Amino acid sequence: MTDRSASAPSAFGKRSGASAIYNRLFTGFVWFVGICVILFILGLLFLLLQKGLPKLTWDFLYGLPSEIEEGGGIGPALFNSFYVLFLSLAISIPLGLAAGIYLAEFAPDNKWIGLVRICVEGLSSVPSIIFGLFGIAIFVEMFQVGLTILGGAVSLAFLNLPVLTRVTEESIRAVPVEMKNASFALGSTHLQTIRRVLIPVALNGIITGICLVAGRAFGESAVIILTAGVTTSGSMWDFNLFSPGETLAVHLWYVQSEAIVPDAQEIAQKATAVLIFFVLLINVVFRVPLWLNGRKTKL
Amino acid sequence: MQAIIEIEKLNLFYGAFQALKNVSMEVPERAITAFIGPSGCGKSTLLRTLNRMNDMIQGTRIEGKIEIGGADIYSNDVHVETLRKKVGMVFQQPNPFPKSIYDNVAYGPRLHGIRKKQELDEIVESSLRSAALWDEVKDYLKRSALSLSGGQQQRMCIARALAVGPDILLMDEATSALDPISTLKIEELAQELKDKYTIVMVTHNMHQAARVSHQTVFFLNGEVVEYSDTEKLFSDPSDQRTEDYISGRFG
Repeated sequence: MTDRSASAPSAFGKRSGASAIYNRLFTGFVWFVGICVILFILGLLFLLLQKGLPKLTWDFLYGLPSEIEEGGGIGPALFNSFYVLFLSLAISIPLGLAAGIYLAEFAPDNKWIGLVRICVEGLSSVPSIIFGLFGIAIFVEMFQVGLTILGGAVSLAFLNLPVLTRVTEESIRAVPVEMKNASFALGSTHLQTIRRVLIPVALNGIITGICLVAGRAFGESAVIILTAGVTTSGSMWDFNLFSPGETLAVHLWYVQSEAIVPDAQEIAQKATAVLIFFVLLINVVFRVPLWLNGRKTKL
Repeated sequence: MQAIIEIEKLNLFYGAFQALKNVSMEVPERAITAFIGPSGCGKSTLLRTLNRMNDMIQGTRIEGKIEIGGADIYSNDVHVETLRKKVGMVFQQPNPFPKSIYDNVAYGPRLHGIRKKQELDEIVESSLRSAALWDEVKDYLKRSALSLSGGQQQRMCIARALAVGPDILLMDEATSALDPISTLKIEELAQELKDKYTIVMVTHNMHQAARVSHQTVFFLNGEVVEYSDTEKLFSDPSDQRTEDYISGRFG
């Protein structure tokens, strides 16, 4: 003790030695990497947006695409993107939530359910094109309806179902058992506990999951190309479920690789900007209920 | 005093493990009964059979009979939801929902179908008054229950349990996570509540049992060793094991 205080002027001075140096090195390293990643993301966004955003016009957003002349728009493709997204979420959210709640709350603890869980986990990392092929098998070959919005939406829903199921199960499981007990001890039924305690408390995680799959669905191309096609019906506000359903992401791929219009490059740049903008917007919009919920439940 | 709970030859198994062995006793109405004993002696298990919270643990098996107010609570026509409305519970850790104080206390009444704002307001106020918390929180009912201190949270949990109108209140080591002053408040509260409710409390603290209860039950290894008036049990125990335990020789 005396030796040490003799070498250090203050008893509570700076710690010296290897551990202090490592600590500072590590802190510096983490900061450096963090800033690099943020700069990289911002740079990427800037690069993509600065080419497209300044040239954006309402006519482009709303206009019909053109096969041969310049000045085609992305109206129907943009509309289809939202339409397909909406339909696929309308299918996958109820099913995914129900399956997740079942696995977390009702499923018996046995090998069979363990197997189901492994399958769900495996399915959530299957490449999307497999789901596209699955969609073809069902809608094009079995039901013979061809490439349709309905086929695209259902296939997308299948793609997102495993992720939603897993996220829901994990979020519900993370609710403290004390809260569940409190609810049951007040005489609630299982459904009441799920509806009034488990889902509200797990909502944060569930919405994050929905955000994730919504963004993924909006930007998905492989599934849509195979099941909904690379053309639109050519008119705006076409709600027909059996129209071909090219979405914005597919349109982007199409103009880049196949299209013969002279301004394909420009269309691609603008479509990219629009796509990125809407994916970011989706993330913000889905967080609003979360934010409201948080205000109600926190301090 | 009249018995409200009658337990007859109760055996409880968790899988192959027998947690309660041939337990028989009566719990008097509108009084405080304390369960004491070392950890793992089955006192909390017995408490949780009274509102059937053990039902949720897989592999639990029960033999024997428990009657509350003359009705067998394990008979097939009993709805646990109705039973738990009559037999409230307060847990070891305060467990408020992440909702406002008002919504926490109104949670139970709403479950059981009360919707009218005015009616709920009255229940919330009277429950919080009964739990001696009203004066502290009446201006902050819309605030999150998580903003309360631990002792306040526990009293709010008592108010929440009272709000559904139980006859019996089970307290499962309800003060063990609290500081001494909060503990004292809960003990005083229990003294007031016993005029209207039957209270059964599990406690690991013998002094607490001696301070607040009328009847004390001493458990050891899943058996009831001794069951008598608190005063008698602590001053003149009839079983050697009880004496060893209360004099601190083990446990």
